[in-house]
Amino acid sequence: MLNQVMFFLFGAMIVIFSLLTVTSRKILRAAVFLLFVLISTAGLYFALNYNFLAAVQLTVYAGGIVVLIIFSILLTSHVSERAVMAPFKQSLLSALATVAGATLTLMTILQFTFVPNAAADPHFNITDVGNALVSYNRDGYALPFEVVSVLLLAAMIGAIVVAKKEKMLKK
Amino acid sequence: MAFNIYDFTTLTHSIHVGLAESFSPVVATTIEWVIVGVSYLLFVALFGLFLVYAERKVCAAFQQRLGPMRVGPWGLLQTIADFIKLLMKELIMPRKADWFLYNLAPFIVIIASFMAIAILPFAPGLQSFDFDIGIFYLTAVSSVGVIGILIAGWSSNNKYSLIGAMRSGAQILSYELSVSLSLLTMVIFAGSMQFSTIVEGQRDAWFIFSGHIPAMIAFIIFLIAGTAETNRGPFDLAEAESELVAGFHTEYSGVKFAMFFLAEYINLFIISAVAATVFLGGWMPLHFGNLESFNHVMDFIPPVVWFFGKVLFVIFVIMWFKWTFPRLRVDQILTLEWKYLLPINLVNILLMALVVLTKFHF
Repeated sequence: MLNQVMFFLFGAMIVIFSLLTVTSRKILRAAVFLLFVLISTAGLYFALNYNFLAAVQLTVYAGGIVVLIIFSILLTSHVSERAVMAPFKQSLLSALATVAGATLTLMTILQFTFVPNAAADPHFNITDVGNALVSYNRDGYALPFEVVSVLLLAAMIGAIVVAKKEKMLKK
Repeated sequence: MAFNIYDFTTLTHSIHVGLAESFSPVVATTIEWVIVGVSYLLFVALFGLFLVYAERKVCAAFQQRLGPMRVGPWGLLQTIADFIKLLMKELIMPRKADWFLYNLAPFIVIIASFMAIAILPFAPGLQSFDFDIGIFYLTAVSSVGVIGILIAGWSSNNKYSLIGAMRSGAQILSYELSVSLSLLTMVIFAGSMQFSTIVEGQRDAWFIFSGHIPAMIAFIIFLIAGTAETNRGPFDLAEAESELVAGFHTEYSGVKFAMFFLAEYINLFIISAVAATVFLGGWMPLHFGNLESFNHVMDFIPPVVWFFGKVLFVIFVIMWFKWTFPRLRVDQILTLEWKYLLPINLVNILLMALVVLTKFHF
C-alpha cells in the first residue's frame, strides 16, 4: 500500500511540475520545475528497486544537465526578465501536436495487455551492469561503449575548437 | 530491549519487532520513518552546533587566542546562544527578488545534504539503507546541492551574490570530478560500491594501509577536492567576505541563513565521514596482521567511538587547511583542478588497477 501511495505521489509530482515547466514565464523557475520532474522520476525508479538507474538519473539529469541549463541562464538572463507569450496560433498548434502525441502514446500503452511476471523482483546487480558494459560477447556493450566514448571525445574537441576560435585566428 | 554498544542490529531489530507487533504494517513503517527522520534531524542539528564551536576553537588555537570562553564552561554554550539569536532574527527579502526561488534555495541545499548523510554507516546496524551502489548514490545526491547555491545567488537579485554563485558553481562542478575519481580508485581496490562491503573489507587492514601508494595519493586528492567541494578555505572564494560580502548568501538572514550555514557544516561532516569510511576503515577498529593481543584490545573500543574518532580527525585536518593557507584566486583554483589533480587522478586509477591486477597489496 505504501508503494502505491509513493507511486501516486511521484506520479502527481511529475504531472504537476511538467505542466508548470512549460507554463512558467520565468526561465529559471521553469528549469527548477524541470529539476523536480527529473527527481520525481528518479524517485519512481527507487520505488521500483532499480537503484542504479535512479542514481544515473540523478547524476546525469539532475546533477549534470539541469546544472548546465541553470549555469547558462545565470550567464545570460536577469531576475526581472520574463519570457514573451507565444502568439495564439503558435500555442494552438503546439497544443494540438501535444494532444495528438499524448493520445497516440496512451492508446499504445492501454491496448497492450501487461502480464504480471512470475519472477516479480529481478534483482539488478551493479556487478552485472559493469560486466555487461565491458563484455564483447553476444549481448555485451563493449562496442556501443567505445562508440559513445569516441563521440564524446569528438564533442569535447569540438567544444575546445569553438571556444578557442578567436585565439587560433589571431595566430 | 537488548542494547549492545558494539552492534546496534539487535536494538534496531527489537524496535522493529515491537512496532510490528502493536501496529499494522503501514503504521509501523510510517512510525519508523518518523523515528529515523527525527534522529537524523537531531543528530545533524547537535553535531552542526558542535562543529561550529570546534571551528571557532581550532581557529583560536591556530591564532594563539582562547576563542569563545564566556557563555558556559569554556564557551560550550556559545553556539547554542548564537543559534537562538539566528532563530529570532527578522527574515528580510530583497524587494525585486524572485520570492519562490529565493525561499526554495536553502531547502534544496539542505535536502541534498540530508540525502547524502542517510547512506553513511555509523556503526554495525546504524545505517538507514545499504544500496549496492552506495558510493555512486552519494556522488549523485551531493551533485544536486550545487543547484541550491546557484539559484540562491541568482534569485537574490544582487551582483555580489551572482558572482559568488558563479564562482562556487564552477568550483564545485570541477572538483566533483576529482572527488568521484578518487573514490572510484578505492572502488576498484575494494571491488564494491556498497558501504557495508567496503567497511567489511577493511577488517584486517584499513585501505589506506593495504592499498599503500595509490590509496595514499587518492586520500590526499580526496581531502583537497573534498575541501573545495564544501566551499571551505582555502577554496572559500565563493563567499570571500572581503570582496563579495559573503557571496551567494549575502541577502539571506535569520533561519534561511542558518540553513546554508548548517548545510555547509553537514557537508564537512559528510566529506570527512566518507574519507573515514573509504580510506580509514569506517567503524572498523585498528588491526595489525598478527598482533593478536593488540587487535583484541582494539576490539574493546566500541565501533561508534572509532567512527567518530576518525571523522573528528579528518575534520580537524580540514579545519587545519582553512586556518593555515591563504585563499586561492579563481584561475588558480581551476588550474589546480584541471591541470594537476585530474591528470594525477587518472594516472592513479591506472596505477591502482595495476596494483589490483598484480595483487601487489597487503
